[in-house]
Amino acid sequence: MIISDLLEETFLALSSNKVRSGLTTLGIIIGISSVITMVSIGQGSQTSIQTSIQSIGANLIQVQPGSQRSFGGIATQRGSAKSLTTEDAQAIADEISVAQAVAPEVSSRYQVAAKGTNTNTSIVGTTSSYTEVRNVQVAEGSFITDQQQSSMAKVAVLGPTVSTDLFGEGVIPVGQTIRINGSQFTVIGVTVVKGGNSFSSQDDMIFIPLSTAQRYFSGDEYVTNISVQATSEKTVDQLETEITNLLLSRHTISDSASADFSLLNQADIIATASSVTETFTMLLAAVAGISLVVGGIGIMNMMLTSVTERTKEIGLRKAIGAKRQEIEQQFLVESVVLTLAGGIIGIALGLGISFVVSAIGIVNTSVSWSSVLLAFGVSATIGIVFGYYPARRAAGLNPIVALRYE
Amino acid sequence: MIEVKNVSKTYVTGAGSFDALKEVSFTILDGDFVAIMGPSGSGKSTLMHILGALDTPTSGTYVLNGKDVSTLSEDELADIRREHIGFVFQSFNLLPRASALRNVTLPLVYKRIPKEEREKIATIALRSAGLDDQYFHHLSNQLSGGQIQRVAIARALVNQPSLILADEPTGNLDTHTGQIVLETFRKLNREEKRTIILITHEHDVAKHADRIIFIRDGKIESDKPV
Repeated sequence: MIISDLLEETFLALSSNKVRSGLTTLGIIIGISSVITMVSIGQGSQTSIQTSIQSIGANLIQVQPGSQRSFGGIATQRGSAKSLTTEDAQAIADEISVAQAVAPEVSSRYQVAAKGTNTNTSIVGTTSSYTEVRNVQVAEGSFITDQQQSSMAKVAVLGPTVSTDLFGEGVIPVGQTIRINGSQFTVIGVTVVKGGNSFSSQDDMIFIPLSTAQRYFSGDEYVTNISVQATSEKTVDQLETEITNLLLSRHTISDSASADFSLLNQADIIATASSVTETFTMLLAAVAGISLVVGGIGIMNMMLTSVTERTKEIGLRKAIGAKRQEIEQQFLVESVVLTLAGGIIGIALGLGISFVVSAIGIVNTSVSWSSVLLAFGVSATIGIVFGYYPARRAAGLNPIVALRYE
Repeated sequence: MIEVKNVSKTYVTGAGSFDALKEVSFTILDGDFVAIMGPSGSGKSTLMHILGALDTPTSGTYVLNGKDVSTLSEDELADIRREHIGFVFQSFNLLPRASALRNVTLPLVYKRIPKEEREKIATIALRSAGLDDQYFHHLSNQLSGGQIQRVAIARALVNQPSLILADEPTGNLDTHTGQIVLETFRKLNREEKRTIILITHEHDVAKHADRIIFIRDGKIESDKPV
């Protein structure tokens, strides 16, 4: 049988029972499209988590007080121990050459009130270098200056979310007065929207000078976090070592195992987050993969029914000279065409769903072409694997028995 | 030419063995119109399967056009059927959702003949079998019994076989239509010199042939001209 005849036979056979072919294909369509959608959701989440971690600032090391823990471990409550001071931050900035910028901070949550409104948000006391280290830009007004830091000025820079909560949408609150935990502050600026990053939104914060925060709120010299930016990606590890050594000697601790501070490397956080989302993607893909296998079994079921129904036809084809291989080919091509059609429609549907999921803003999806290619290959393979047994069965029929079949 | 020599067929079942054919021998020349007749269980179906290269004998030889068919493999038998044999079945066995023309072209598909040529050849065969041109594109389930059997005959003719094997071709037809079908065979034999073997259990059908081989209990009981 030549290929064009084979395809024509296949088309006739499949179109003669459109509902059954359609429903069987639907199984594959659902399987393939869910694999593509799930993987795109998983990978999209991975990308967006990475982006938001990087938006905190590039090549960053966070120094935090408290008990030591392994890198990439889960941080306990910030500021739970008091061991880092403003002087430690100054020493890092002065003595370590690969530290490009250092931003110490004291943060705590307080009630904040403006005229008739109030909110509860994170108050971060920090210095002017925070903008550089944490990649924060000011939309209106200005950020905290070194002069305001040294004079313990009662000035505040609002995150855009806080600004909206207190003053309403579109209002520029520069020059207005707010009360933080009862003390009066003048608003000097609003930062640029950084976007939704559910686990550490820099939009929902108020920045005040570090010295002011220490004097009016915490009442001591300690800081809850020091963000240090390395000069480049390559110097991050060196920076980590040097900070450790410097702080150990400053705190006169000889054994690094009993250090009273801990370092969190941004690369470690990304690696941890990536491994979590990778597992998540695999899980989604596995669930979708199961539906693909179920779809494949549907194909096999349909092909077996078809072989039984067409026993007489197979007998006739053999009687007029069809070889075993030609019968096998015919049924195999039928199942491959079914799954490939399902695969193509499934890919289109999967891409469509991924696009819609992104467009309506549930999760940013990212379709990887390798998953599309894989889905295509898998659907063809399913056609062959699940079509093989029915095709073999058809090809192995004895023509005499098949012709007599009723 | 067909030469059957000492052909036996034994079926081995769980209950023991059963001799369906016992040392059957005969010769059929090209252009002959022969009826193989016998009651049910006589072994005529078994003989038809061997003559049609659907099965091989347990012992003995079957030589078709000088080629010994009795020892061939499954695929080689398929080649023989494709090139040398045309079947007409009692239950017609047309593809139900295909047109008359398509049914007739089917054997040519397996001969790898290009589509256009197939349809030309099939048209000639359909006319030889006596189907009106207007029915060529009717689906087979829209045709009457007599028309269906004509399509089946055309399908048997289309690959220019050395031998047409008709297994109870009138079994599912009324007397009148059956008569027409038998006359078609007669005409094909007389005008196109086709070799035809008619397998039947009815004497009224068998007498349309030139020669009747009568089988009973797996043996030839008589072999004589009509």
